[in-house]
Amino acid sequence: MDYFAQQLINGLVLGSIYGLIAIGYTMVYGIVGMINFAHGDIFMIGGFIALISFLILVAMGMTAVPLILLLVLLVAMATTALYGWTVERIAYRPLRQSFRLAPMLSAIGMSFVLSNFAQVAQGARVKPVPPIITGGYTLFEQDGFVVRLSNIQIIIVVTTVVLLAVFSWLVARTRLGRDMRACEQDQTMAALLGVDVDRTISMTFVIGAALAAVAGMMYLLYYGVVDFFMGFLAGIKAFTAAVLGGIGSLPGAMLGGIAIGLIETFWSAYFSTEYKDVAAFSILIIVLIFLPTGLLGRPEVEKV
Amino acid sequence: MPAITTPPSRRDKPAAVHGVAFILKKATLSALVALVLFSLMIGVRTEAGPTGQLIFWTRFGDLAMMVAAVFGGSILVELLRQAIAKRRGAPLISEQAQAKFTGLGRFLGPALLVFTFLVPVLFYDQRYILDLGILVLTYVMLGWGLNIVVGLAGLLDLGYVAFYAVGAYSYALLATTFGLSFWICLPLAGILAAFWGMLLGFPVLRLKGDYLAIVTLAFGEIIRLVLLNWQHVTGGPNGISGVPRPSFFGIPLTPADDGLAARLGIEFSSTHRVVFLFYIILALALLTNWVTIRLRRLPIGRAWEALREDEIACRSLGINTTKTKLTAFATGAMFGGFAGAFFATRQGFISPESFTFQESALVLAIVVLGGMGSQLGIALAALAMIGGFELFRGFEEFRMLVFGAAMVLLMIWRPRGLVGHREPSIFLQTKTAISSSLVKEGHG
Repeated sequence: MDYFAQQLINGLVLGSIYGLIAIGYTMVYGIVGMINFAHGDIFMIGGFIALISFLILVAMGMTAVPLILLLVLLVAMATTALYGWTVERIAYRPLRQSFRLAPMLSAIGMSFVLSNFAQVAQGARVKPVPPIITGGYTLFEQDGFVVRLSNIQIIIVVTTVVLLAVFSWLVARTRLGRDMRACEQDQTMAALLGVDVDRTISMTFVIGAALAAVAGMMYLLYYGVVDFFMGFLAGIKAFTAAVLGGIGSLPGAMLGGIAIGLIETFWSAYFSTEYKDVAAFSILIIVLIFLPTGLLGRPEVEKV
Repeated sequence: MPAITTPPSRRDKPAAVHGVAFILKKATLSALVALVLFSLMIGVRTEAGPTGQLIFWTRFGDLAMMVAAVFGGSILVELLRQAIAKRRGAPLISEQAQAKFTGLGRFLGPALLVFTFLVPVLFYDQRYILDLGILVLTYVMLGWGLNIVVGLAGLLDLGYVAFYAVGAYSYALLATTFGLSFWICLPLAGILAAFWGMLLGFPVLRLKGDYLAIVTLAFGEIIRLVLLNWQHVTGGPNGISGVPRPSFFGIPLTPADDGLAARLGIEFSSTHRVVFLFYIILALALLTNWVTIRLRRLPIGRAWEALREDEIACRSLGINTTKTKLTAFATGAMFGGFAGAFFATRQGFISPESFTFQESALVLAIVVLGGMGSQLGIALAALAMIGGFELFRGFEEFRMLVFGAAMVLLMIWRPRGLVGHREPSIFLQTKTAISSSLVKEGHG
């Protein structure tokens, strides 16, 4: 029971990170109908930016940890959002009218560009950081096994919940959210009714990248490492989460993320660590085959 | 999925020729964006220090250079765009020149083939060119194999490298465990890969488009991860070494007394084996090409192309889509398996490192750049891609960066591939090439 409870906590935390990345996939897929292969690498860039800005702030002599974290979060979100914007502007916008394979290959190319850019710019070696947020609570103790809830885990889950609430509100209530939903349904009609389609799509990428940056920072704080290659696997898993939750649905992405996080954690805990990625990929395949609309998605009607 | 069509927006208006002020403003904006993007990633370099503590130092010189490069590049791009906009209406290459080129294209294929046959003769003492030729031919073969799945049947496969891996490991394991020769293992590797193709094909029959792509990607990764973790069979990350070299139909290519050189009474040279390998892969590639061309004339080939054009119409006309898709997967996978077996025997060592997603993406890029279905186009695209890759041999770390950038730029410049026309597989009276933009890509 105690071991189980600890794994449950770990899984929820991991799932929150996946969920934050998955939101970017699900929004982009919903609005332009393409898999943004570069999104995982945007997450990786977010992790790097958080790391570097953290180092600079510390070197500048700042000591107040909450203030540093807040500043790092803002810098990472803003810079990574600009990455997302640039990627869309360079690699996807010129191809929007093109045939379906073109944006996909362009996205794969962009993913290579981003991960290798990070490798060239920052080196191939793993970047470790000492634990920044320490401490936590002991929930309960049983047979000498301590179930702990660390502060960083609390921060990750709370941040995720808050961000999810903010973005759900944004999509449901604001002008931008309405524009986004309009573009999702029918871009031509939306444009006729005065929606700036280009801007709306750009904003979708910006928001997705900002959330990925938060995920990147949380990953850095939680695991204490970043490397240039971490975007690929995390990206595919987050995409799995988005599909599992039902593509196009924000709460679905979060739910899917948590499901993937839990499955991965429990698989590692009870079966084998080596095959945890195989488990995640198998779930992707199984879900796509038996539940293509996902948990909270709408069925897609095929028109002739 | 909403269609990816946007109404004509501002950028589709005829691009007006703007003045210097406009260009400078645009370049400044680009440079500003670049400054923000690169200030942390390039301006600051982090590294784990000797004590494990993370250290960093600044590189403002590099940062300034990058920003300046973006500024200059932006001006250049804008000038180019205006130059192209001025001659809007007139295509970059005139119709006549294009017609001439099409005429030339008819001879390009045979000429290229003859040249390829002569490569080992012409460059006999240049080992590097022979090795490069073998590499290019391997990718030509992979491209032609994947073309059956993607170009003909319209099924988007992002995990093609899985079959390549199955072929390579089949040969390596069969040869090192049971001591079977290359010529027995080659068909076995193909059959096993085809079997895996079917295994993948069954569950994905109902999937379309991007979902199919992502499932095949996941499948490719699963195969790689299993190869990586199934230590006692595959050797895990250490791979399998000492994979036997192919023999000349039973006669080994060694300096020993029973070797080919001794039997022919000529002096032994290690180049013999390279030349032999060159002709093996050439024969395998040509086999792939020949089978593809023949299959396109058979009912199954026509069914593939019909499936790509319209699956619902196919079903209405009584085509068994299950059978059609499975044969496409199996046939494509089989050639991937052949190529994999060849790869294993050529390298003598294989490890999961060689079968990453990058390989799948490279082969898919070759197929798409080749114009999805044009046999000659794929050969040219493979030559361009692998040749281009080779140019960066000295700059290993920039290789993938440039490859990715090239993929993006080529997609923007020529989304329909380098060779823009297709030979129709069926025609009325006169055979005319059709523009590849008229060919559907299929929905999986």
